[in-house]
Amino acid sequence: MASQFDVIILGGGPAGYVAAIRAAQLGLSTAVVEKDKLGGVCVNIGCIPTKALLHSAYIAKLLREAKEFGVDAGLVKTDYGVAMQRSRRVSDQNSKGVEFLMKKNKITVVKGSGVLQPGRKVKVGSDSYEARKAVIIATGSRVKGLPQIGLEINKTTVISSDEALFLEKAPATLAIIGAGAVGMEFADIFSAFGTTVTLIEALPRILPLEDAEASEALAKSYKKRGIEVIAGAKVKKGTPAKDKVTLEVEANGATRKIEVAAVLMAAGRAVNTENIGLAECGVQVSERGFIKVDPGLQTTAPGYYAIGDVAGPPMLAHKGMREGVNVTELVAGKKPHAIRYDNVPSVTYCHPEVASIGLTEDQCKERKLEYVAGRFPFSANGRARGTGETEGFVKILRDKKYGEILGAHIVGGHASEIIHELAVARENEYTVEEVELAIHAHPTMSEAVAQAALDSLGRVVDM
Amino acid sequence: MAAKVFMEALSPTMEEGRLVKWHKQEGDAVKVGETLAEVETDKAVMDLIARADGVLRQVAVTDGQTVPVGSVVAVIAAPGEDVSSPVTTPAAVTSVSGKRETGNVGLATTAAPVAVSPAQVVSGADATHVKASPLAKRMAKEAGVDLKLVTGSGPGGRVVRRDLETAGRVEKGEVRSVAASAAVQRSEPLPSPVSPVAARSGGAYEDVPLTQIRKTIAKRLATSLGPIPHFFLTTEVDMERAAEARDALNRQLGDRGKVSFNDIIVKATALALTKHRACNAWFQEDHIRYWNEVHLGMAVAVEDGLITPVIRNADLKPLLEIGQEAKQLADKARSRRLQPSEYTGATFSVSNLGMFDIDQFTAVINPPEAGIIAVGSIAPKPVVWDGQVVPRRRMRITMSCDHRVIDGATGAAFLRTLKEMLENPLAMLL
Repeated sequence: MASQFDVIILGGGPAGYVAAIRAAQLGLSTAVVEKDKLGGVCVNIGCIPTKALLHSAYIAKLLREAKEFGVDAGLVKTDYGVAMQRSRRVSDQNSKGVEFLMKKNKITVVKGSGVLQPGRKVKVGSDSYEARKAVIIATGSRVKGLPQIGLEINKTTVISSDEALFLEKAPATLAIIGAGAVGMEFADIFSAFGTTVTLIEALPRILPLEDAEASEALAKSYKKRGIEVIAGAKVKKGTPAKDKVTLEVEANGATRKIEVAAVLMAAGRAVNTENIGLAECGVQVSERGFIKVDPGLQTTAPGYYAIGDVAGPPMLAHKGMREGVNVTELVAGKKPHAIRYDNVPSVTYCHPEVASIGLTEDQCKERKLEYVAGRFPFSANGRARGTGETEGFVKILRDKKYGEILGAHIVGGHASEIIHELAVARENEYTVEEVELAIHAHPTMSEAVAQAALDSLGRVVDM
Repeated sequence: MAAKVFMEALSPTMEEGRLVKWHKQEGDAVKVGETLAEVETDKAVMDLIARADGVLRQVAVTDGQTVPVGSVVAVIAAPGEDVSSPVTTPAAVTSVSGKRETGNVGLATTAAPVAVSPAQVVSGADATHVKASPLAKRMAKEAGVDLKLVTGSGPGGRVVRRDLETAGRVEKGEVRSVAASAAVQRSEPLPSPVSPVAARSGGAYEDVPLTQIRKTIAKRLATSLGPIPHFFLTTEVDMERAAEARDALNRQLGDRGKVSFNDIIVKATALALTKHRACNAWFQEDHIRYWNEVHLGMAVAVEDGLITPVIRNADLKPLLEIGQEAKQLADKARSRRLQPSEYTGATFSVSNLGMFDIDQFTAVINPPEAGIIAVGSIAPKPVVWDGQVVPRRRMRITMSCDHRVIDGATGAAFLRTLKEMLENPLAMLL
């Protein structure tokens, strides 16, 4: 007879492990099936190690600018291999942390690739497991190449973030295809480690999902640091050789050849929906490849749920984690607060950082909303001047009639931390007035949020 | 100094209160915040709270007695204080939260000669405190919606934006829609297509709070059949030729689209109105606005209500365009994406329940319009035709008229033109 659990979760990434812990907290017997390390892409080859590397890059940047601050660090030497090793230790610590959490919550971890079977069963190798209440699919996503133009990931000259995170040495030259969060972050990292970086984006601007002003600020900042940014570019062909890749790139009406030591593919991700028995169980996928789910995260097959990247965009760890909590609460018969998919913060941890929530200004225009944009530059913020982080701004889009915060965009130091004030505000439906009414400590970067709120009301103080 | 205890406005609309039961008796010591009595407002039974420390004296209202808001019901005096000559004039008590101010924690600015400390204010305000997000408060204020009548779906029953929105859609992604005030500007009675299904295992009945759209419908309808002197005219229309014309048109159109009976009725009504401007009018209290343009409202059933999108200049539009527009508007109405401009400004309306197999009904006028046509089903009936009893497709239409604008003969003349056009579609060309 198959081992029985209340809930079986396929995938131990951020969505899966959070779902497992919440299920255990709710008294459900829970198993997680994971073929690799616990923590998934995020902990092992995604969010966590890149943040470690980005901090190495940030330190290099600080030391190079240190003389101006009265600290002469001499000639700054960098070693990507050492930074990489440190990032691995951070990832391993985090993965072990998840392992510990599984034990602490008495969650059974089954090592291996799980395949769904009808009747809420999961087969792992020759073993079969049965879920009394729910099977939760949280198999996540993976990087993908562009084989149609000759850029299949070969792990040597054409690499993805999976390989970039394990390089012993930073390449001399690197082309990054895709200027979303991943491309932007690796451009930042490798540039700091001495690589000549060319950043290529198909859409008209880098960070295409962010507010146009954020894209503009980052394009300016990157150019200043010597990162070549080519937006609105079409990579027509890639020709990988033994130790180099030649790219044919069409941009601004001209085609040029770019020769680089390596190409990093950072254009999109593919969801892991193959060979896990979806069709056999009646779990349907959408045209775009995501598993179809209803508002309760249930798939087209009753008793089978999907969360995280496989369940649809935004493909962000924190969105998956929240789905993990909600799905288990729903399975346990609770009534969780509905997830507000329009209130998921988006963060790119490059320098300066980019963080946003809600609508961009262009989206406000497309929706014909009546809005007022309030702005405040960090160059006018005392704290930012002190730390020399004067790049960037806070921009708040205020609904003209009700003062609702339609969207907020931050470019600057610690933007990833500052954005949450606005996430809390939006989640609780505070208007710009409530944000401004809260006394902000002086001097802080966060004051720029209050000032941007004031600016949207036409009464900015510090500018 | 003695503090007077007033019958307070415990709800924004409360004008008088019934003292259900005193919790404290004459001579009892009372403290700020203690419940003095239970009071039944127009909405609920609530506590009347002591706003001063002292001894309850001069209880002037007995259990079960109803007094206007602002009346003095007792006095709280210091122990031993002489209260032999209290002021007996009932002082007005400002409503705890004004009708258009609901949602804000209103301050009980009593006229009582008592120093009101912040703590007292809060305890008093608690009685009418509404849990709502700042945004919901703003929206409710603008829309004139009483937040206390709204069931909150946020954490702890907090009223949030979606509770004020017409859209009840739960959907991933960004959903924005209009505020409650703009939800239903026009309405007329149709059975709600979606009635909440009570679980069979539940009690004998289920109380379902009114949604905003239903409240607006209720409010709007009460301004229709009540104050408007309606009268009704019914006629039966022979639809054989209209059916033939429709079939011929659809054969010719092929893949390019289909003309429905409803499209023909809309078009005919619009054309008939151009010939009877007296029926294409708005009653405007001190004047009547006769419209030269014809904008036809078309009642559409939506989840938990109805809305009347408008086909503008329907008299000038080809049938096919009317059909397409009607379909688009109906789809938008059902998905709650109608813009206010798409459901306001009709000069006359059509309501069609033919598809529900209703032979005949009367529709309620959408003020300020002066008339509406209620369309029944098209069904074969035995009729005398050229001296023989033959089956023919017939349809009953009933016109509701606002007698302040349309007189019997005026309405009948319009209806005759409409009937002629439907019975002889070629007449539409005249």
